[in-house]
Amino acid sequence: MNNVSRRDFLRKAALVSGGCVTFLVLGPGEKGSASTGTIGGVPLEDYNWNEHRWAYLVDTTRCIGCGMCVKGCKEENLVPDGYVRTWVERYEIGEEGEGEVDSPDGALYGFQENVGHMKVAKSFFVPKICNHCEKPPCVQVCPVGATYRTRDGVVLVDSNYCVGCGYCVQACPYGARFITHDRSLSIAGIAQKCTLCYHRLVKGRTTACVEACPVGARQLADMRDTFDPVRKRILTERVGVLQPELLTEPQCFYIALDKEVR
Amino acid sequence: MIPEVLGYAFPNDIHITWSLMIVTYPYVTGLVAGAFIVSSLYHVFNRKELWPIGRFSLVASLAFMIVATWPLLNHLGQPQRAMSIMITPNPSSAMAGFGLAYNWYLMILVLEVWFVFRKDIVLMARQSRGLKRTVFATLALGTYDISDAALAKDHKIVTVLAAIGIPSACFLHGYVGFLFGAIKANPWWSTALMPIIFLFSAIVSGIAAMILMYQVAMLLKGLPIVRETVATMVRWLWLFMILTVTLELLEIITLAYESAEEWEIISLLLTTRLAFSFFSVQLVFGSLIPFILLMITVLLGGQMKPRVQNILAAAASFILLIQVFSMRWNVVIGGQLFSKSLKGLRDPFQPRFFEKEGILATIVIIVAPLVLLVLFEKVLPMFRSVEEAYAAGRLTEDESTGA
Repeated sequence: MNNVSRRDFLRKAALVSGGCVTFLVLGPGEKGSASTGTIGGVPLEDYNWNEHRWAYLVDTTRCIGCGMCVKGCKEENLVPDGYVRTWVERYEIGEEGEGEVDSPDGALYGFQENVGHMKVAKSFFVPKICNHCEKPPCVQVCPVGATYRTRDGVVLVDSNYCVGCGYCVQACPYGARFITHDRSLSIAGIAQKCTLCYHRLVKGRTTACVEACPVGARQLADMRDTFDPVRKRILTERVGVLQPELLTEPQCFYIALDKEVR
Repeated sequence: MIPEVLGYAFPNDIHITWSLMIVTYPYVTGLVAGAFIVSSLYHVFNRKELWPIGRFSLVASLAFMIVATWPLLNHLGQPQRAMSIMITPNPSSAMAGFGLAYNWYLMILVLEVWFVFRKDIVLMARQSRGLKRTVFATLALGTYDISDAALAKDHKIVTVLAAIGIPSACFLHGYVGFLFGAIKANPWWSTALMPIIFLFSAIVSGIAAMILMYQVAMLLKGLPIVRETVATMVRWLWLFMILTVTLELLEIITLAYESAEEWEIISLLLTTRLAFSFFSVQLVFGSLIPFILLMITVLLGGQMKPRVQNILAAAASFILLIQVFSMRWNVVIGGQLFSKSLKGLRDPFQPRFFEKEGILATIVIIVAPLVLLVLFEKVLPMFRSVEEAYAAGRLTEDESTGA
């Protein structure tokens, strides 16, 4: 049997408690980069979130309303029926300023032609997605901090921590979030939203909606990559954001945003 | 089942995320605050006329408080994680304050109930035998000192607790209004008046509930209803309902007069989807009729037979309880009937009877505090002073209903 001297015991006790304090203060969490963690089970060896900051560009003049982006997203992310993570709106504005907006099933199947209901002065499509705001109201209101903004600028939900209160759904001014209570789905009772296909980003790929768009209306920008042409467009062209008066600082930028669009 | 939409709604906005449970939650919390204000009128502000219900309203407040979390737990998508809100709150969230506000107020309520009933608990522990004795001895927490000096000290502590309780009750319910008022995405909720309206309507619902529950309790126990007690509560109820309805109207009038971007959809909401529950129920049936009933009761109370006064007061109280519920409905459900596109309204929301967050669950939650009160009555003699006065023949014809 080992005899432990009082001095020995005290020294070891001090080491152990010091270690505990260090562990609690520095924690198992932040390591300065995501390069040692996993996301959705994917190891992140080659991805450093300090080297990226994602933004999104929508060129509304290019969108043809085919709905391929909505379909691509639905298949990639298994979005349940009746809900969307991204959608496309069609605006038709008459000569008297009267307007009509629609987005049947979020434009999952594109649009049917509207015939002869009014004299259309202008018409255009507006793809919508989570704005991954710099000051996201959803993150502000989450009572448990389950929703957060990553260092590379993506607003995500920790599905192992979300309590399913729905406060974030109410707080999002853009209708980007939803929560389903259909217990046959594994995501029931957990807030859902666009992840900017984070599982693809960390592998160096673009989002499913950007990949599906046949006309380049949707584009992903890395604001930390000085050679990124999309970043250059956002910086040099005249872009708008949705509901700027709410000061959520959306990181989804629009080219040719009409005043009718909220 | 996809709801019909008038105009254009964001695709995710056609779903009602906050159901009947989130209508019930502020309703029950309001009853907590309102019942406490009634008990404080007696314990702090010395409204001696309220002596028959000083203890009753305090215990009622506790009964509502215990039930207040039920609708939330039933609503949460992951109720097993509910404690995270208290253990790891996000300080920037308005909702995270709930744990603090709720526990603080629950603590004050439990302490005040204990100090108010300490003498009775000790007496019961001394008089009874067996299991009953064990229960009361446990409730006495090991102190059996009911000397005059100790009771005087108790009385002081109760006054202090009740005094702390008033701002706490206001805070708790103002906070519930703030949950809605702080959502800048929703123009129907996001007004600075929201917490104040919630607070005042809470007081209305609390006083109304106490008027009704007091009369029912007396009928069940075969005790006379004290005329002056009802008359006093009716006066307070009248005052607070006038303030509440004024605030509710001011909010709409301001929105309408400013006619900013959101008024187009809100006016459409009020005139179509909420036409019945807002104008008919909340304003005409719920506010105008009780206003007249209470005015008659207050102004002609002296000439009225006690029985007539009690019936008028009970009718006005019952209607006001419906008014406050409809106000909660119009805020919570109304705020989700229009899309944040501000261009579309969805179908009216019709909860089902048997669904998880449906009508049956709501009825259970609203009835549960009453059941709890009946159970509490077995342990805490809420009407001891009334029973003693009646037995001693001190409740005269003039004070009672003559029942």
